[in-house]
Amino acid sequence: MSEARFKPGERVKVLKAYPPGHIRTPHYIRGCVGEVERICGAFPNPEELAQMRDGLPPQPLYRVRFLQKNIWPDYAGSPSDVLEVEIYQHWLEPA
Amino acid sequence: MSDSQDKEQGKYRPLSYFQLMEISLRELLVEKGILTNAQVDAEVENMRSRTPERGARVVARAWVDPGFKTRLLQSGTKACEELGLDLPGLKLIAVENTPQVHNAIVCTLCSCYPRMLLGIPPDWYKSRNYRSRMVREPRAVLREFGLSIPPDVEVRVHDSTADMRYMVLPMRPAGTDGWSEGRLAALVSRDSMIGVAVPKGPND
Repeated sequence: MSEARFKPGERVKVLKAYPPGHIRTPHYIRGCVGEVERICGAFPNPEELAQMRDGLPPQPLYRVRFLQKNIWPDYAGSPSDVLEVEIYQHWLEPA
Repeated sequence: MSDSQDKEQGKYRPLSYFQLMEISLRELLVEKGILTNAQVDAEVENMRSRTPERGARVVARAWVDPGFKTRLLQSGTKACEELGLDLPGLKLIAVENTPQVHNAIVCTLCSCYPRMLLGIPPDWYKSRNYRSRMVREPRAVLREFGLSIPPDVEVRVHDSTADMRYMVLPMRPAGTDGWSEGRLAALVSRDSMIGVAVPKGPND
């Protein structure tokens, strides 16, 4: 299993990349900065599984919390509203 | 209009692409001896038997038993096993509503849903409208469900994009002191565990 690079509370940035294939990182969150809420465990990489490969070593999976106003510049709700998304480690870099 | 109504009225409707695919695949699997019709029927029956009452039992237990609630928030799947709810493959995260935070669940990529606890998802949960707007303007979507969240309450939306599944633990309605678990569970709707509603009150 790949080691977890980030700890809860750490700030991370989602890669702004658009590779082809089966990707579990939603488009709208790419390039956004958030904070690790928790480490969910490690799971076989779904991008590899979709290609009928084994997806190993398992990738650490994080739940990352983003402020809505940092995702949508014109967000109409309260400034403290948040969104949490599960993101695999290889999609994250330190922010 | 439902298929059975159509049938009664003698209306003919051709099979949709996906219906045809399902029948073809099922017949092939049976023909090749990989599955039997009885196994397929049993699995469909099994899926139908999972209803939101399962989730409601979990919520009611958390309302009456603070120790269970703590364990549920720590590890949803393990806590459910305590109630005899075996949830193969489900990695459950329960998220707690408080006077300061309102949680809601969506899956923008497809329609991930804690089926083992809530059964088959409603059609609107799978709709493009809900999936795209719930992350973009959650307060407006919740208002359309009849739920107005005060501005000083944080709205926390969970996009279930990967391996975890989410369930909202709603707040226990006021005026239910001393109620039994069974009576409490009857207040807990499916929608309140998705986060687009709150449980009924004792007088609703």
